[in-house]
Amino acid sequence: MRNILPILTVVFGLFVIWYAGAVYLNSNWAYDKAKRANVELSFGAMVSDTMVQEKPRLPPPHQVGAEIWKTTGAMVQRGKAFSKRSLIYHGWITLSSTVLGFVFGTGLGILLAVAIVHSRAMDMSVMPWVIASQTIPILAIAPMIVVVLASAQVDDLIAKGVISMYLSFFPVVVGMVKGLRSPDHMQMDQMRTWNASKSQMFWRLRLPASTPFLFASLKVGIAASLIGAVVAELSLSQDGGLGARMLVGSYYGQTIQIWSALIAAATLAALMVAAIGVFQNVTLKKMGMAS
Amino acid sequence: MIWIVGVLVFWAVAWVLNLRMARMEASRFTAFAVPALFGITLLLLWEGIVRGFEISPVLLPPPSAIAVTFSQNIPTLWGDFVQTFVKGALSGYIIGCSAAVLTAIAVDRSPFLQRGLLPVGNFVAALPIIGLAPIMVMWFGFDWHSKAAVVVAMVFFPVLVNTVQGLQASDAMQRDLMRTYGASYPQALLRLRLPAAMPFIFNGLKIATTLALIGAIVAEFFGSPIRGMGFRISTEVGRLSLDMVWAEITVAALAGSAFYGGVALIEKSVTFWHPSQRRAR
Repeated sequence: MRNILPILTVVFGLFVIWYAGAVYLNSNWAYDKAKRANVELSFGAMVSDTMVQEKPRLPPPHQVGAEIWKTTGAMVQRGKAFSKRSLIYHGWITLSSTVLGFVFGTGLGILLAVAIVHSRAMDMSVMPWVIASQTIPILAIAPMIVVVLASAQVDDLIAKGVISMYLSFFPVVVGMVKGLRSPDHMQMDQMRTWNASKSQMFWRLRLPASTPFLFASLKVGIAASLIGAVVAELSLSQDGGLGARMLVGSYYGQTIQIWSALIAAATLAALMVAAIGVFQNVTLKKMGMAS
Repeated sequence: MIWIVGVLVFWAVAWVLNLRMARMEASRFTAFAVPALFGITLLLLWEGIVRGFEISPVLLPPPSAIAVTFSQNIPTLWGDFVQTFVKGALSGYIIGCSAAVLTAIAVDRSPFLQRGLLPVGNFVAALPIIGLAPIMVMWFGFDWHSKAAVVVAMVFFPVLVNTVQGLQASDAMQRDLMRTYGASYPQALLRLRLPAAMPFIFNGLKIATTLALIGAIVAEFFGSPIRGMGFRISTEVGRLSLDMVWAEITVAALAGSAFYGGVALIEKSVTFWHPSQRRAR
């Protein structure tokens, strides 16, 4: 809790920079308008104009906040929470493909990690490629995967999920291999003196020991998964989603819409990471591993 | 049919060979040969399946066709590489990383700001910053400046967080020693704390290499001049010439690995003293 004050200070600083940037970037347009209307613009009038423009270069925070409220809370009040114009609807689309990809990516990652830990040949042949693949900009091929899967008549949701899966899969493999190998020699020897079979060793020692590592990589994985879903929506924008909102916003110069979609995506990421954090605390406490 | 059978046989032989080699004494040769054989098997499997089942090249071109396209289009690919990697990713990477390191050093004297910056930076590093791409394209135009700006925004926070953490890495004994030498703040920073922070900084720099390429490529989806890797990928997908897309992906993979490898090499020479760099005996 002693970090609250410093964090608030930094966040406050970011808001100040944001407002200053908004005034600076939007002032050109304000001066332009005044020149065409042949009025002399005082500094105060210029600043107040930069706060309320319709298509600002950088919308100030309160405009973005108002837009977010208009497309979420206000629509809920009118009973139109899932209308096509609401951010809740688009956020839901993004969330569903994120979670789908995340679940499959995690499952695949854990399976591969188990295979790598138990087979030396797998370890030697697959692991270098897993690490090398981290250095490759996988996101760049997202549009291609989407188009290929769509032409193979795969459901759009799955096509987007595949990209999320691809991105969330690597952190899980790397983290789980580290986690499954984390029991030290003493503990392994102890299991051996108890004459434990390989599967007993796995279920009773390796798997429990790997849980903290698993949660750490799940947090990275879900954030990566959301990024994958947002980028995939750029190529499948007809179904909506936060990425599609950004693309449409950039076509029509609706900066406020882009920023509100961006903030919504950030909030979604924060909520999901926090949810995993809560789950982690509960699980580790039950296992007696909480620090 | 002959393709499928042939590939399956090769797969079996390679599998047995790899199992054998994995059981042998670990050496430089096996550490290289086993993954190489695995990679070759994957490529052949791909080639065999595409040919054997006669999959349309619109869906999945075989590796041989990709190689042919690659060698025929080297000037185009080189132009795209220069536009996206050298102009967009590299310049953004350098600006973003140096800004992050300088910011970390600037807040180094204030523990208050550090305690605030670390959680916020960690939080921002997990956000989909790539979403800034359309905004940056609007601000800086279609050319490489907007791509560099996206890259700056993407690499800044991971490097910042790692550097701030790294500057705290030297232990109390070492700092006390500097104090007994009567070292001034800049001296202690330059001689002890920055070198001690290097493993952390390079960790951030390595993460940032991948982010930089991703940022530069994805930003091109929102608008670009008529060259660049992201531009080529999105237009060639539209024309369904997937062999060209795969050739471009090969370039991206090569560039990404070389970038990462280059930073790792620099790391090796800068942090030669760190336990993780010592050769295992």
